[in-house]
Amino acid sequence: MSAAAEDVLIRLEGLTAGYRRPVVGPLSLSLRRGERLGIWGPNGTGKSTLLKAIGRAAQVFAGRIERAPGLRIAYLDQQPLRLPAMPITGRELLRAAGATTQGAPKALTGLLRQRIDRLSGGQYQLLWIWSALATEADLVLLDEPTNNLDPGRREQLIEILQTRHSSQALALVSHDREFLQQTCSHLLELETGEVKHA
Amino acid sequence: MLDAWLASLSDPLFRLPLLTGLLLATLLPVIGALLMLRDEWLAALGLSHLAAASALLGSALGLPTLVGGTAGALAGGALKTRFEARGNLAYAFMILVGWSATLLIGANTELGERLAHALVEGQLYFAGVVELVAALALIVAALWILPRILPQLLRSRFFPRFEQANALPAWRWHLAMDLLAAATLAIGTLTVGLMGAFALVLIPAWVVFRIAPSWRWTLIGSGLVGVGGYLVAFALALQLDQPFGPMLVAVLLGIAASMLLPKAWRGSVSAS
Repeated sequence: MSAAAEDVLIRLEGLTAGYRRPVVGPLSLSLRRGERLGIWGPNGTGKSTLLKAIGRAAQVFAGRIERAPGLRIAYLDQQPLRLPAMPITGRELLRAAGATTQGAPKALTGLLRQRIDRLSGGQYQLLWIWSALATEADLVLLDEPTNNLDPGRREQLIEILQTRHSSQALALVSHDREFLQQTCSHLLELETGEVKHA
Repeated sequence: MLDAWLASLSDPLFRLPLLTGLLLATLLPVIGALLMLRDEWLAALGLSHLAAASALLGSALGLPTLVGGTAGALAGGALKTRFEARGNLAYAFMILVGWSATLLIGANTELGERLAHALVEGQLYFAGVVELVAALALIVAALWILPRILPQLLRSRFFPRFEQANALPAWRWHLAMDLLAAATLAIGTLTVGLMGAFALVLIPAWVVFRIAPSWRWTLIGSGLVGVGGYLVAFALALQLDQPFGPMLVAVLLGIAASMLLPKAWRGSVSAS
């Protein structure tokens, strides 16, 4: 992942992170504009913890995380919020995220006027992911974005990620290695700590 | 009912309470919609109990009830933000603290006992210029604060990692919301009573959350249901010579029941 230093958005140097005790690391890598890093590994290897460390939600035990000045991050957890009643339209959800509807796939534009609690789980999840991708964030962190998606919606998500040309960097955590290979430029295997071209 | 209405509008004795309550009946449901979005609807009862207890404590120290009640609720709201207590648990503790303090102070002072009854039942007809000015100040504050914090509150609810990941000073908008809710609940409790204020926060938002097509209409609709319920309750309480607080709660419960009945009816028809 060598590149011009000014393009580097985030650099991990010997990072060990966790909560009460270390869960993941030591790891060293950097992520540049336009790169898509897939983070893969068996359960318990610290995939989500690594994202949380980048998103300031986990403790750094050793090493460091360097962020580019003014770095803007969009970060989605594994599950979107579900309340018994959510009188928020798809358009209002995107506005809350600071996301645009420009370039949104047809599958999503039809949902913008509907209340999000009247969408199917898959529709809501796709809209939620779009609300992170269509922002001005420099770095988007997605944790298990294929959760709750049936095969059809999974294909739609792959298409969105493949056709969206952007200078945004992405870090995706998934247990679905095939999905990561189809959507990412680089793959980090947490068991070995190695970064490979996908 | 119309006669009672006209009488209330022409009689200065009722004009001030009517107007004060109207302002609060507009604002309390909007705050209720925001609290329901944050899953903190119990805030209404927690802050109301704190306001009642601190109003009594203030009066024992010679402070006006409006000052004591508002100060207590604001302190509760600020402490909640300080300790990052989100959800209904913090408010459950406020209810217990407020209830215990209200009854203990009430039991040990004559003034306290009368005031405690008035706070529980609501004393809208005793609202005067001070309460009206306080309600107007609240509306002005809400009109200034809400447009500035609404986008952040929505983002914080649906994208909870965003603030932390970007090291944003989120405490500012959470504190602004907690203080606005506390002040509104305090003045609401001291004017329309503890349960009246709670019902105005809870029921209109609950009704509108089920039917509103959007968040914008949720805020507008909550205010409209609150105002409609309040005006009907005001007229009925005058016409039937009933205490205002319980009448307000009864009318709002009637509105809530009217939402459930059609569903229950459809269920019974399909079952048969």
